[in-house]
Amino acid sequence: MSASAAPAAKRRVDAPLRPPWSEQGLLEVFRHRYILTLLVRREIAARYQGSVLGLLWSYVNPLTQFFIYYFVMGVLFGRAQRTEAFAIHVFCGLIIVHFFVETMNAGTRSIVRNKSLVQKMAVPREMFPVASMLVSLFHVVPQVVILLVATFISGWRPDPVGLLYGVLGLLISMTLGTALALMFSAANVFMRDISNAVNVLSNFIRFGVPMMYPYSLVNERFDGHTSLYLLNPITEAVLCFQRAFWVGATSDPGHTISNDLPPHLFFLTLRALLICLAVLVFAQSTFSRLERRIPERLL
Amino acid sequence: MRNGARKDNRSIVVRHVSKTFTLRYHRTLKQMTVAMLRQQELSDSFLAVDDVSFTVEQGESIGLMGLNGSGKSTLLKMINGIMRPDSGKVLTRGRTAGLIATGAGFHPQLTGRDNVYLNAAILGMSEAETRRKFDDIVEFADIGRFLDSPVGHYSSGMFARLGFAVAIHVDADIFLADEVLAVGDRPFKKKCLAKMQEIRDSGTTLFYVSHAAGSVRKMCDRVLVLEKGRLTFDGGVDEGIKFLHYDDDDSEENALESESEMDEEMGADI
Repeated sequence: MSASAAPAAKRRVDAPLRPPWSEQGLLEVFRHRYILTLLVRREIAARYQGSVLGLLWSYVNPLTQFFIYYFVMGVLFGRAQRTEAFAIHVFCGLIIVHFFVETMNAGTRSIVRNKSLVQKMAVPREMFPVASMLVSLFHVVPQVVILLVATFISGWRPDPVGLLYGVLGLLISMTLGTALALMFSAANVFMRDISNAVNVLSNFIRFGVPMMYPYSLVNERFDGHTSLYLLNPITEAVLCFQRAFWVGATSDPGHTISNDLPPHLFFLTLRALLICLAVLVFAQSTFSRLERRIPERLL
Repeated sequence: MRNGARKDNRSIVVRHVSKTFTLRYHRTLKQMTVAMLRQQELSDSFLAVDDVSFTVEQGESIGLMGLNGSGKSTLLKMINGIMRPDSGKVLTRGRTAGLIATGAGFHPQLTGRDNVYLNAAILGMSEAETRRKFDDIVEFADIGRFLDSPVGHYSSGMFARLGFAVAIHVDADIFLADEVLAVGDRPFKKKCLAKMQEIRDSGTTLFYVSHAAGSVRKMCDRVLVLEKGRLTFDGGVDEGIKFLHYDDDDSEENALESESEMDEEMGADI
């Protein structure tokens, strides 16, 4: 055979012999930033292709939710009279909740939806839930712009502490969203029930955080026993966003902070972040365990 | 260059690799309860690859043969890192790419151009590398002005050609080829075969799955045969083909081969 002739000029690889798959989990995703960028871009480009309104749909959905909540809770239930700048209060919560729920829902379905890639290519599979999170994050940007304009009109001026809280709030929901997306995306391959269960969970998230009602109401009704309520990191994420954007839009920010936000918010935020990181570590280990059988179970 | 790398010339190492698939019978709670009450088995397993061991040196071209369902694709997926073995060890050296499920990840709504970049990235190419090879890829695929229309509008042949063109241009150290040449017209098949020979002659390790004795004879210098997941033959090409009785079959295979020398050479893998 001609292949055995003249071995001198042949390609020689010096790379070490190693297993063809990676075991580094999420870290591997950051090494493949270029593919991640392309995947995110593909999702964004493909999601609204062929629709007339296009990217506008990503505003229509949260905006209609906003009007519904504002009308039902603010006008019908009369919260708008009792809570200052109630519209901004709701919108702060909505941005976080919508981002988190989108990440969780799209992330849960991400591996099953990309099965043609998952079954045939040796890319780190953590890539898909992470990409879902980034696509959702992309849609947060214009919502924050709307929020900034609205708060600015209401008299809010940027303050460094507030902005720090804003970043922390986003960070909490990003971490927890990625963690749950990671865990549920793998589990969803084995049991498609998971995506239905995630829908149920989304409903709890929507009502379980101080978005349609202020935190002070929870404190009042539970007579100060809010430790369980505050254990949910998304609660802190919403409170952080409200500290960042809503507090400054009320007439007396100092009073709002002491009256409508829990004491030691910074400590609570750090604790929430730690909880999210712990969940992320657990999610990664679950994912790695389930991942081995993913290609053969994706039908 | 390190000393170890010079001495150790192995490209693929497969050691006592086994892979079991679980066949699930009962998926819903209702079905599971019924099965449990009747004391039926809840699941059944199936040994797709059974204690397979072999070593491939750099620059070798291996033909992997065997009947349908003998575990060829599963073995290839483990070498490619898509699946992990239940037991045993798989080691590879350098970048693995090849003609496995070409066009995977093509998004029907995106243009050919966008899909080339994404597909190339998934196959391990950097942005600069893709840009450098972009013209070659497009020329090879020969899809003309369809490049900027969504791949959903492509004919199946065009879709396959674009996938092939990307995969074949990846600068790999180990080149895997499965389901090769099942699509595409004759000139394209010819072009692919020539390109694969070029890849082989450059010293890339080639791992070629095929049913066609003719193309294995032409492309490979060693044959592995799998039977029901076990490696039953490892040796020369002619002996391997004889071992499989692919040469003296007077049934369809030969009739097909005599029908067209071209198809015999290239293998109409289906």
